[in-house]
Order: sequence, then structure tokens, then C-alpha cells
Amino acid sequence: MTGLKRKDILGLKDMSTEEMDLILHTAETMKDIMKRPIKKLPTLRGKSFVTLFYENSTRTAKSFEIAGKYLSADVTGIAIASSSVAKGETLKDTARNLEVMGIDAVVMRHPAGGAPHFLAERLKCSVINAGDGMHEHPTQGLLDMMTIREKKGSFKGLKVAIVGDIFHSRVARSNVYGLAKYGADIWLAGPSTMLPQGFEDMGVHVTTRVEEAMEGADVVNVLRLQLERQEKGLFPSVPEYHKFWGVNPARLKLAKTDALLMHPGPMNRGVEISTAVADGDQSVILEQVTNGVAVRMAILYLLLGGGDAA
Amino acid sequence: MTDPKATLMDPEMMNRALSRIAHEIIERNKGVETVALVGIRRRGIPLAERLAAKLKEFEGKQVPVGTLDITLYRDDLTELHSVPQVHRSEVNFKLPGTVVILVDDVVYTGRTVRAALDALLDIGRPAAIQLAVLVDRGHRELPIRPDYVGKNVPTSKREVVEVHLNEVDGSDFVALYDLP
Repeated sequence: MTGLKRKDILGLKDMSTEEMDLILHTAETMKDIMKRPIKKLPTLRGKSFVTLFYENSTRTAKSFEIAGKYLSADVTGIAIASSSVAKGETLKDTARNLEVMGIDAVVMRHPAGGAPHFLAERLKCSVINAGDGMHEHPTQGLLDMMTIREKKGSFKGLKVAIVGDIFHSRVARSNVYGLAKYGADIWLAGPSTMLPQGFEDMGVHVTTRVEEAMEGADVVNVLRLQLERQEKGLFPSVPEYHKFWGVNPARLKLAKTDALLMHPGPMNRGVEISTAVADGDQSVILEQVTNGVAVRMAILYLLLGGGDAA
Repeated sequence: MTDPKATLMDPEMMNRALSRIAHEIIERNKGVETVALVGIRRRGIPLAERLAAKLKEFEGKQVPVGTLDITLYRDDLTELHSVPQVHRSEVNFKLPGTVVILVDDVVYTGRTVRAALDALLDIGRPAAIQLAVLVDRGHRELPIRPDYVGKNVPTSKREVVEVHLNEVDGSDFVALYDLP
């Protein structure tokens, strides 16, 4: 018996390499199943979960729903705008009401960092963090790691450049927490106004020069410029952002010739990433999306598969 | 586990039983042209490979060998405290037109075989499925009957039959134990 010894998936900061190995190994099997003509397993028949998204999402919400359906779980998506949240119901009340309807897990995205942790302490069912504010996005971190490991074999000593708006990025944080535990050589690059303090303590390199981070990199993970989260004055203008920090063919040439080009989506083409790079030979952006379903199938199986998982 | 109550099969007996099963497979299927073997993880896999080697020795043809992990099809997942690790299934040959012989070490309640049937049918539609086991220990809970049996062993439900294989355990023998 080797299931995850936890009720919730909240972040990669407190996750061991053994747990991540188990999730990634299970996800490889799930990916095989996605390639079959019949993409349906009876494994989670009779289990149910809701996706509760307080922020917009296409990829993550649908990826969880599809993952659940491939495993025969019953999935209910809740649109916040047309729910009682719009009438002022608190997060705790919403979640408790869902729990007493008999669900086995809540998959939640929330603009406030720590919101899933708050729920996890108050619910008996599993809570899966699908992104909380500027904090973590563990399933994105794991799918990025799966993509890297598939192509590169391991993480040890790989130079991974994470480029862009680090400050607002939960994707960057989950990637750093996960990859650092495996001994990757992590470089964060972006405008100085978007580089948070504290990462140097984890042995991560931080620079304002994209070129320095990308030089000889094995992996270049480009972050979305979160236009909806920008306060005034973090960068001069979108064209200038593209000029100084955007990943274009000339900058990508600095990385190794077999470097992977990644992006968590949705892309702002012509802002943080040029179209030539996004659609180029080194891009594994769509592979990341496939792996996202596999990782979420693995997590759903490992959390909900057993009897008293909750 | 404590010392075995009885040794049911020694290496020679196991080898002879597998030779006989191989001959029965050839006889029943009029050769091995359309035959493929699929081992159920985990001890069914080396047994399938041994059977394939014997079929090659007797008929001069290497039959395809696949592996099946039935974890995701188990009917007792909700009764387990923590879920078992999932492994890959590898069936890298076309199933339509193929007679698949599922291979496992022991058939007992029949629930593993039921899960294997579902797992295999989700991958494709073979012409037929047959079942080969080294030991049939009785106590079926489902209407499942093996086509090829190495040895029938009457057991009590308070006993355990363990198949030890060189490839997995370092030695070949089948033994009977009391449940602890």
C-alpha cells in the first residue's frame, strides 16, 4: 500500500520527493490510458467532487473535470457568478453545504492565498488547491515537472529558467518548491519590481537580466504577465515589457539547442512570449496540457481511490 | 510469514506443469499463430514469459507477450485504507483476431481475473480470452474457470498459497501457509 498519506493537496512546499515521485509515476500510467480508444476507467465510480473556481480558468477547471470523468467520478462544476456566492455566502458556508451533499473532494481556485488551507482545516473531505492567489498552484507545478522529467530524464543539475512576472506567480512558487527538492539549478528572471525577496535563501538565482537566466538553460518556463493583477508602475508599458523581458527567438537561442520551452497558459502572444517561440519546435506547451490531465487523474486516484481517504 | 505447512510444487514440478500447459495451449488453439500471452502483474508476467519460451521451443514461433496491471479495475478499492501503486499495462499488439491467454500464478476468488477481463476489454476486443494459472486453489466467488491449470490444490480459506519465482523471489517453489 503506497497511497498518499494526506487528505489534501495544498502545495508543493510541504510535499516530499517520495510523494511527488508517486504522483508522477502514477501520472505516467494515466497518460497511457489517455491514449487508448476507450478512455474510461471504473476506478472512482461512486466518488464525486466539485470544482469551485473563484477566478477564471479554462485549462485547470476543465482539466480536473476531464480527469475526473476518465476515472468515472461524478464531477460538478460551480460557476461562482451564478451561485449563492454572488448573494454574499461565505466560503466556509458554501463549502460546508457542498460537503453535506456527500462530495468527496473540493477542487478550489481562490484569489486569496491560504483559502484552500482554511477550508482543509474545516472540511472532512479532501481539498485540492487549483491555485490560491499569489501562493501556490501545485498541480501546475507537478505537470511542469512531469513534462521536464519525460523529456530530460531527471531534474538534478538541470538549469531551469523561470522568466517573467515572478511576484504574482503561484506557478513559479510551486515550480521552485518542487524542483528545488530535486536539486535543479533554478534561475528566476524578470523586472526588479516583479522579483520577490527570499528565494535566494533556497539556493535559487535571481536576476533582472533574462539573458543571464536563459544562457545555457535546459528548460525555459515563461510566465504569463498577469495583466489583471498589475498595480500601476511595475513596468513601463506592454511593448517595453516585451522588448526587455519577452522570450523571442533571439533570446531562446541563448538556451541549449534542445532546451524545452514551457508556458502555463493562457499565453499573451507578443507580450511575454513571441508567436515564433510559442509555436516553435522547442515548445512543449500543449504537451503540458496533456500531462495536466494525467497528473490530475493521478492525484484524484491517490486521494479518492481508497475507502476512508477523507 | 511463518514456515510453510507444505511444499506444493518444487522447481521440477513447476517446469513440467508449464510444459504441459504450453502443449495444451498449442493443441487447443491448433498452433500458436493467433495466440498472445498477457501476464497479470506481478507473478503472472514471468510465468507468461516462461510459457512464451516454451511455445517457441515447441512451435518455433515467438508469441507476443503483454503485461496487465489491474489495480484501477479492482472492486475492493473502497475497502482499502490506502490505494495500491498503479503500474503501466503494456499490450503492444493488436487485439482483434488474437486469442489472448491471461496468465496468473494463483486463481482463488476469481476477482483478479474479473478485473483483468475488464482491463483487457478496455484496451481492445480480442477474438477470445483464455486463462492459464499455475495453481487453482478453489473458493471461487465469481463464475470463472481457468482453461489451463498447473496444479489443483484443495485449500481452506484460512490458508495462503504462495508462488515463489526465480525472477521475483530468487527461487522456484509453491508452498502452503497458515494465515497469521
